[in-house]
Amino acid sequence: MFIPHTDADREAMLRTIGVEKLEDLFQVVPAEHRFPSLRLPPAMAEMEIAAEMQDMAWANESARDLSCFLGAGAYNHYTPAAVDAIIRRGEFLTAYTPYQPEVSQGTLQAIFEYQSLVSSLTGMEVCNASHYDGATAVAEAVNMAYANFRGKRNKVVLSPALHPQYRQVVRSYTVSAPIRLVGDEPEANLKAGPEALLPLIDMDTALVVVQYPDFFGRVYDYTALAEAAHAAGALFCVSVNPVALGLLKTPGEMGADIVTGEGQPLGIPLSFGGPYLGLFATRKEYVRKMAGRLAGETVDNRGQRAYVLTLTAREQHIRREKATSNICSNQGLIALASAVYMSLLGKHGLRQVAELNFHKAHYAALRLAKLPGYNLWSGTPFFNEFVISCPTPVSEINDQLLDNNILGGYDLSQDYPSLDKHMLLAVTEMNSREEIDLLVEVLSEVSHG
Amino acid sequence: MGEPQLCELSVPGRHGLRYPAPDVPLSPLPEALLREDLPMPELSELDVVRHYTRLSQLNHSIDTGFYPLGSCTMKYNPKINEETARLPGFAALHPLQPVETAQGALVLMYNLQEWLKEIGGFAAVTLQPAAGAHGELTGVLIMRAYHHSRGDSQRDKILIPDSAHGTNPATSAMSGMRVVELKSDARGNVDLEALRLECDHTLAGLMLTNPNTLGLFDENVLEVIRLVHEAGGLVYGDGANMNALLGVVRPGDLGIDVLHYNLHKTFSTPHGGGGPGSGPVGVAAHLADFLPAPLVTILDPGDEDLPPLYGLVNPPKSIGRVKSFHGHFGMAVRAYTYIAMHGAEGLRRIAEHAVLNANYLKARLQDVYHVPYNRVCMHEFVAEGRWEDAPEVHALDIAKRLMDYKFHPPTNYFPLIVHEALMIEPTESESKETLDAFVDAMLKIAEEAHTQPELLKEAPHHTPIGRVDEVKAAKELVLCCGVSAND
Repeated sequence: MFIPHTDADREAMLRTIGVEKLEDLFQVVPAEHRFPSLRLPPAMAEMEIAAEMQDMAWANESARDLSCFLGAGAYNHYTPAAVDAIIRRGEFLTAYTPYQPEVSQGTLQAIFEYQSLVSSLTGMEVCNASHYDGATAVAEAVNMAYANFRGKRNKVVLSPALHPQYRQVVRSYTVSAPIRLVGDEPEANLKAGPEALLPLIDMDTALVVVQYPDFFGRVYDYTALAEAAHAAGALFCVSVNPVALGLLKTPGEMGADIVTGEGQPLGIPLSFGGPYLGLFATRKEYVRKMAGRLAGETVDNRGQRAYVLTLTAREQHIRREKATSNICSNQGLIALASAVYMSLLGKHGLRQVAELNFHKAHYAALRLAKLPGYNLWSGTPFFNEFVISCPTPVSEINDQLLDNNILGGYDLSQDYPSLDKHMLLAVTEMNSREEIDLLVEVLSEVSHG
Repeated sequence: MGEPQLCELSVPGRHGLRYPAPDVPLSPLPEALLREDLPMPELSELDVVRHYTRLSQLNHSIDTGFYPLGSCTMKYNPKINEETARLPGFAALHPLQPVETAQGALVLMYNLQEWLKEIGGFAAVTLQPAAGAHGELTGVLIMRAYHHSRGDSQRDKILIPDSAHGTNPATSAMSGMRVVELKSDARGNVDLEALRLECDHTLAGLMLTNPNTLGLFDENVLEVIRLVHEAGGLVYGDGANMNALLGVVRPGDLGIDVLHYNLHKTFSTPHGGGGPGSGPVGVAAHLADFLPAPLVTILDPGDEDLPPLYGLVNPPKSIGRVKSFHGHFGMAVRAYTYIAMHGAEGLRRIAEHAVLNANYLKARLQDVYHVPYNRVCMHEFVAEGRWEDAPEVHALDIAKRLMDYKFHPPTNYFPLIVHEALMIEPTESESKETLDAFVDAMLKIAEEAHTQPELLKEAPHHTPIGRVDEVKAAKELVLCCGVSAND
């Protein structure tokens, strides 16, 4: 199987080492704790585990079995076959971090191109080789902004329409720093647009963070908010859904200093929440303050174009306790998958898929808003996600939808008590008109029921 | 000439993917919010496939060659893992689905939590952290929360041995802790005298990598842990080197309070050119309430007719979320597959053969490459890449020359406490033939170092590119196709 040693190999090797048996190599381990008997299930052969895993997978009802209208930070999109074919190549899949550029040019050039693609998509100048996900990317942006002002600015404004889990992660990450997080208090006006954040920005503000489209699916032009942040000397961060950027004005154009985002919509499977992809881009003046790996172009000693991890002096393996982040492993292979996805879709496909999402979501929203008892709470404009207020609790509606093989929307009352009976629905290119019509039909039955 | 960049391959008007026409009426687009230009490449599917296939061929990888990278555990990544992780019931599962529709995934996560508890000797495990360093952050935040909950908020000092990975001090600083470095003693153990001097009322804990980065199991590990506990501190175990300990000793049994596992090292999930990893964290009973939220649990034990219902629960004193959703579930599927194929005996065989391979390489190389701290090693060892009679040759040159012999170099210049360090970890998946071929190359290089040092200084000669100009990369800072990031 995975250990190739024959008895003869083992004997010869033990002889070379100068010990009699394998156990002799572990004398240093305290005897009372050595070789515990582990209570684990008996080992399975490959064909046995393959069958067991198939059974466990069948025990789930996935977006392949159900019509999926659930988003809220993870989206059901089509992934072209070539994406998986490329990332399954052993030369990418089983390579280590490209610290040795002479034997890692494939990974390095792919990272370099990923950086280029994400920079273009977001309208930013530089991008790192990835963070873990959209949530940790925002947390890293907060740490970067705080470090940028060397602790002289202690306030971070978080939009209440930033993903609730992202805000939770920011809180966990900043627990030991004297950072005040404001803007997302329970009494915050959720219906208000970005202007509601303006009064919170002052000379103590290090960073303002918003989401685009926001957690409720709404699309705002943040230019005025960015200008207000800059006028107070603060940095401005936008957390994006990258698929929306196939259509919409970039955060770069709006004046963002940092763009983070969840890269999962770029061809990454839902996979029950991960591994996903933390996008992180910024302006070139902040490149040395950004955490994470960076691939740069250079030449080799034969005069050829080559790539290498650069500005490594910012990172933990060099700076140790003086590094602003401890990140080491990132999302390398997932970043590659997103780069293949962006390369395949390209200029035309990225626009096309964004438009499909837009039109299908608007068709669904317009039909639902006409049903008695339902209203489009989030208004327009939106991208592929919107909030409807419902006549009954969302959990009850979702039970009925599930009976019709529909995975309903996100129940906002879980995070926003004031949004009782409000459902966040996502519609992508995967949802056919028939699926949307069935969704409308079931919801109309609920309102009559 | 190397492989062109995507932007150079792009031809206006070319398409790589076609979507169906909209099957719904069109809605007016928000004109004021549309982007003006979408400067992305225009390529056919074959353009894209060839480009990335050619790039892949420029890489060294486990599938194509030996990777004796110390502390990285570059073992074989079984292909079945890739199949199970892609089963549609897992791959197309939305993280926010009702738990009733995700029982298969939740059972898998629950079982993996249970298995990791058993393997490490811990009371509870979270699968949420995304990587080893992320597990460290989680662990140190748990230690901090524990002290604070006991009114011990003055405990802000973390001791870190000088042989530790850079992530340990970076993690501690990120968690608001003060870092104090601890010297190693002459045998490569934690220096007990230095440790005693630091054991005071400000001690939050010690971050211990055991086996350490010299590949040595600390001979005084029980005393080290006792001293820290006696002073009111906690011991964090860096599980990066757990491959040596599977079925050999459980860190929790030694008294370690919190530890991260690296599924991408010990449990065979692929490194993917830098990630994704996965860094579950195990804790002793007194820390279980502080784990990140949520954990997978049994909500209803069920009965004769009904199976148990698995779901999510928030620990009462949780440090909060460290990541969106449930962690790297796809990596959990792979690790689950791997552990299920091994069982208790199989796991012990992994550790035994990883240690056998490392000691075999050490035995065969130690006469030519000086091994400081030379005693029976665990899964890796550190040799010096220097000779007094070949003063111009450095570890870097040996590393680069190894590439000409089709081997990936060992980790070099780490740990920092060994001059010209070459840190070698073969893993259990390599055969005696591969190890012998590696030794032959290392011995040949040692000979070349004395007879033709220029061969090493100019190496590699047979790789797609030669040594790169790192200064130019940092100075000119070209990080995107055709653009300098300099102001």
